[in-house]
Amino acid sequence: MSSKATTSLPRTIAAHAILLLYTAIALFPVLVIIVNSFKSRNAIFRTPLSPPTAETFDLIGYRTVLAQGDFLLYFQNSFVVTVASLFFVLLFGAMAAFALAEYRFRGNTLMGLYLALGIMIPIRLGTVAILQLMVASGLVNTLTALILVYTAQGLPLCVFILSEFMKQVSDDLKNAGRIDGLSEYRIFFRLVLPLVRPAMATVAVFTMIPIWNDLWFPLILAPSEPTKTITLGAQLFIGQYVTNWNAVLAALSLAILPVLILYLFFSRQLIRGITSGAVK
Amino acid sequence: MEGTQRRRRRWHIAVFLAPAMLVYTAIMILPLFGTLQLSLFTADGQSRVFAGLDNFRRLFLDPRWSASFWNALGNNFWFFIIHMLVQNPIGIGLAALLSSPKLRFSAFYRTAIFIPTILSFVIVGFTWKLILSPLWGVAPNLLDLVGLKSLFTPWLGKEQYALTTLGLISVWQFVGIPMMLIYAALLSIPDEVIEAAECDGITGMSQFWKIKLPLILPSIGIISVLTFVGNFNAFDLIYSAQGALAGPNYSTDILGTFLYRTFFGFQLQTGDPYMGSTIASMMFFIILAGVCLYLFAIQTRLRRYQF
Repeated sequence: MSSKATTSLPRTIAAHAILLLYTAIALFPVLVIIVNSFKSRNAIFRTPLSPPTAETFDLIGYRTVLAQGDFLLYFQNSFVVTVASLFFVLLFGAMAAFALAEYRFRGNTLMGLYLALGIMIPIRLGTVAILQLMVASGLVNTLTALILVYTAQGLPLCVFILSEFMKQVSDDLKNAGRIDGLSEYRIFFRLVLPLVRPAMATVAVFTMIPIWNDLWFPLILAPSEPTKTITLGAQLFIGQYVTNWNAVLAALSLAILPVLILYLFFSRQLIRGITSGAVK
Repeated sequence: MEGTQRRRRRWHIAVFLAPAMLVYTAIMILPLFGTLQLSLFTADGQSRVFAGLDNFRRLFLDPRWSASFWNALGNNFWFFIIHMLVQNPIGIGLAALLSSPKLRFSAFYRTAIFIPTILSFVIVGFTWKLILSPLWGVAPNLLDLVGLKSLFTPWLGKEQYALTTLGLISVWQFVGIPMMLIYAALLSIPDEVIEAAECDGITGMSQFWKIKLPLILPSIGIISVLTFVGNFNAFDLIYSAQGALAGPNYSTDILGTFLYRTFFGFQLQTGDPYMGSTIASMMFFIILAGVCLYLFAIQTRLRRYQF
């Protein structure tokens, strides 16, 4: 073992060099945007690669964004849509996953396959008919439309992952509950759900990111001013203020920061979820 | 007794399944088939008339449609090829480095390299647009540092470079996904296999090529099909960076942007839900073909090893 360690020293250094280089490539664009958003217009153009100094520090971009855009409202819309969709995906998904994992009934496998179809086929391809459905039911330009679509979008993967985990919950525990007279609903909510909470957290992160970042459905189903999400709002704002670099950089930074902070909180969960082989 | 028990059991199964099945069927499956069905109709004044495969014939053969369609399809294939040739090898390489035992700071590298993946396309599109902008000196300045300033041109603004540039931006964003999945696959290779290889004198690079790579082929297959589905469904990045017209001169137009323009209309052309459905149906068939090819031709031939 020790001989291996000595022979691999140059290799370790090379590995770190490559990984550091790639980390720099991954982070550099994000850092450039955030750093420059705190600088005055002249400094942005004259010295784009240096951090803000006492002379060049300027929050004019942030003031423009907060004065012009309804970012607080957009943020709130995104938050409502994401949290509500997440709630329904997790609740409905866990219920269906429990039924598929726990009970033998005719059509079990078929239903599993039917739900799995949605993992591979993107919901976007049905957009034309989804818009017609929403127009017919009067849901265009409401957050409800987005919540419904994202719930349907998130369900297949959620059911697939959670049913794998629910199969691992011990039968003895559930049978003990049944002997104690718990109903099937209580067994699900009281015994099984708490045990699969880590898997639910992983699914939550996977479901959340594409919903928060989606541009397609807000653009098509809910583009009105009171229902814009932060992604759509930022897109339109930046499009309008293209020549105001301070504002554009500040808007981008404001859009990056919440996701980045959340990610740093949950990255352990997310990475553990991926590497535990939850997604195959 | 047996019968009543079974009947009681059926009810709560239905209760557990119903909400998910209802939402999924109503919002996803029915609209998907609705869209396929709409592609067989066309507008006649206010009413809708059955048109058979006329829409598809127009899409393939009518010069007004076919030029855009084949352009978008070709661009989409190029977009996919860039991902397969650049994103997946880089992802596998990074995962191989990360999975070496005793590597320090590997959690830091993983977390940092995954950051672009969590950002929205809007952020990524505009960020790169600014960085590559000739108005702002970031890209030329950086190239100047390594003495390559003469190479700089406004890549996103030139027809011959724009699509490849966007492909590489998308690679930059999503390299974290193959990296993570391959990393997970590499970790699941049992130590005994690696030790046995070391006893036979197979170490380092040859160990990766001869032992690990064959064992992670199933994961590479999954990544390829995920990349395929993601690329043929892409829209947001091109829309954010180049707008609905997928400029310059449609050189970055892919099926997603083509669908959007056709369905919603742009400038003087009005939206056409029937041709939009036709394009969406083509995307559906392409993705379905790719997934089936994977499931029946590739996945069944890959040898799986059970540990």
